[in-house]
Amino acid sequence: MTALSDVSTHAMASARWRISEVAFWVLALACAFLFPSRYLIMTDIVRLGLFAVSLDLILGYAGIVSLGHAAFFGVGAYSAGLLALHGIINEPVIALVVAGLVAAVLGFLTSFLVIRGVDLTRLMVTLGIALLLEALAERFSDITGGTDGLQGIEMQPILGRFAFDMFGKTGLFYSLIVLFILFLLARRVVHSPFGLSLRAIRNNPLRAAAIGIPVNRRLIAVYTLAAFYAGIAGALFTQTTALASLDVFSFERSADLMLVLVIGGTGYLYGGLIGAVVFKMLQELFQSITPQYWLFWIGLVLVMIVMVGRARIHRWVLFVPNLIIRQCAGRKAAVTVPEGDAP
Amino acid sequence: MASILTNLFDGVAYGMLLFVLACGLAVTLGLMNFVNLAHGAFAMAGGYICAVLVNQSGWPFFAALPLAFVGSAVIGIALERTLYRHLYSRSHLDQVLFSIGLVFMSVAAVDYIMGSSRVFIKLPAALEGQIDLFGVGIGRYRLMIVAICGLLTLALQLILAKTRFGSRLRAAVDDPRAAIGLGINVPQVFAFTFAFGCGLAGLGGALSAEILGLDPYFPLKFMIYFLIVVTVGGSSSITGPFLASLLLGIADVAGKYYVPKVGPFVIYTVMIVILLWRPNGLFGRTAAR
Repeated sequence: MTALSDVSTHAMASARWRISEVAFWVLALACAFLFPSRYLIMTDIVRLGLFAVSLDLILGYAGIVSLGHAAFFGVGAYSAGLLALHGIINEPVIALVVAGLVAAVLGFLTSFLVIRGVDLTRLMVTLGIALLLEALAERFSDITGGTDGLQGIEMQPILGRFAFDMFGKTGLFYSLIVLFILFLLARRVVHSPFGLSLRAIRNNPLRAAAIGIPVNRRLIAVYTLAAFYAGIAGALFTQTTALASLDVFSFERSADLMLVLVIGGTGYLYGGLIGAVVFKMLQELFQSITPQYWLFWIGLVLVMIVMVGRARIHRWVLFVPNLIIRQCAGRKAAVTVPEGDAP
Repeated sequence: MASILTNLFDGVAYGMLLFVLACGLAVTLGLMNFVNLAHGAFAMAGGYICAVLVNQSGWPFFAALPLAFVGSAVIGIALERTLYRHLYSRSHLDQVLFSIGLVFMSVAAVDYIMGSSRVFIKLPAALEGQIDLFGVGIGRYRLMIVAICGLLTLALQLILAKTRFGSRLRAAVDDPRAAIGLGINVPQVFAFTFAFGCGLAGLGGALSAEILGLDPYFPLKFMIYFLIVVTVGGSSSITGPFLASLLLGIADVAGKYYVPKVGPFVIYTVMIVILLWRPNGLFGRTAAR
C-alpha cells in the first residue's frame, strides 16, 4: 500500500508544473512578439519542435529507434496540401486534424511491422517505409505533382477569421498555439500511468511484460500517437509554407530530426523544443559561414556529440545554470540530466 | 530471348557489384553488430581515388583499382582506430547518429573538393562496347565486373573457410570473450576485417562509377541497398549476402527494364516483407546479442 502511494505521489510530483516550464513558454511567446522580422524561422523552429516531440514520444519514452519518421511528416504534409488544393476541407484547423489522423492511421498500420524484431530490423523497416512512401509519391505524380511537388495551394483563413499573411505572423501564432496544445496533451500522456508504463518498457521490455504491462499494445498506441503528432507537424509545414514537395519524405529530414532530439536530449519533452531552437540556430550559423557545405558541420556536430557522450554534454551545459539555481533556491531545485540520457 | 539474357547478365553484374560493395558491411553490421550507415562513404572514397588517378594523373584503369582498394582500406583503418572502436559497445542509437554524421561530413567534403556533378572514369578502349556471345549481347565492362567480383567472392570464401585468419575471425565473432581467452587478439582481428571491408567497398566504388554513377550523394543514395543486402542476406556466411545481392541486382535491373512505372518500391516492399517474415534474414541467423 505504501509502495503504491509512494509511486503515485512521486508521479504526481513530477507531473506538477514547475516555474522553469512556465518561464519557458512565456519566453517563447515573448520571442514571438519581440522579433517581428524573424517570423518565418521561428515558425520553422516551432514546427521542428513539434516534430521532435513526436519522435521523442517513441524514441525517448518507448525506446523505438526510427530512421523513417519523415514518413508521417510527409503524409501529413501531403494530406493537408491535397485537402486545401482540391478544396475538400477549407478550414485549416479541421484540415490539420484530419491530416494528423491520416498519419495516425498509417502509424497504426505500420506499427505492427515496427514492433516486431530487434533494433536493427526496426531501423530497416522504418527507413524502408519512408523510402517506399517517397517512391510512391514520385510514382503517382498525377496526384502529388511528382518532383515538382504540390503547387498552387491557397490557404483559407483560420477559423474563417485569421488570414495567413505574407510575413508569416499568423502562421507563427497558429503554429505556436498548435504546439502548445499538443504539448499539453503529450505532457499529460507521458506523466500518466500509460507514460510510466512506456518508460518501463523502454528500460526493460521483458520485465515490463512480467509485471503485466501489455508491451505490444502500448507500443502500438504510442507509435500511433507519435505518427499523429508528426502528421500535424507536416500539415503545419504545408499550411504555413503553402507547398509540399518530395523532400518531406527524405532521409535527411529523419536524420536531422534525430540530431535535433539528440541535441536537446531524449526522454523529456522539452528536449525536442530546445533541440529545435539550437539546431536551427546552428543551421543558420553554418549556412551563413559556408552556404553550400553546412552539411559538413552538421555532421561534425553529430560525430562530436556521440564521441563526447550525450549525457556528458548535457551535464556540462547544465553546470552553470545549476550553479546559479543552487545558489538561489537551494540544492533541491537543480535541473538534472534528463532521464533518457542517464547511463 | 536474347534481351532477357542480356538483362539477366546485367543484373548478375549489378548484383556482384553490390556484393563487393556491401560485404564489408556484412561483417561490421552482421557480425560485429555495429550499425555502420557510413559504409557507402568508403565506397565513394575508393571511387574518387580511382577517378582522380585515372582522369587527372593519367594512370591506367587497372593500376588505379588496387589503389582504390588500398586508399579506402587506409581511411577505414584510420577511422576504426580513432573513432569506430570506441563505439562498438555503445547503443544502436549512438552508432546510427555517429555514422550519419560521418556520411554528412563525407558528402559535404567530397562536394567541396570534387564538385557536385557526376564523375566519370575514363575506361580503356578494351572495356567499351559489347561482345556477342551466342547471340547474346554482353557488355565488356560488365563481363570484367563479373570476372573480378566472382574471383573476389571465391577468394573471400576460401579465406574465411580455410585460413587461420578466417577461423580467428569466426571465433572472434561467435564468442569474443572465449576468443580472447584463447589468445586471439580480437580488436586487431576486427580492425583488420573492418579495413579489408572498407577496401572492398572502395574497389566496388571504383568499379561502380560506370554503372551506378559516382557523385557526392553516393553514400546516401545507395545506403539502403547495402543495408538490404546485409539484412536480407543474413550474416552467418558469405553465401547469404552474395545470394541476396544477386537477387537484388537481378530484381532491380529487371524491374527498371520491364516495369519502369512500378519503380523502386518493389524492392522496398520485398525488403519489408522479408524482414517481417524472417527478421534474421533469408539465409541467416540473428546478429542480435
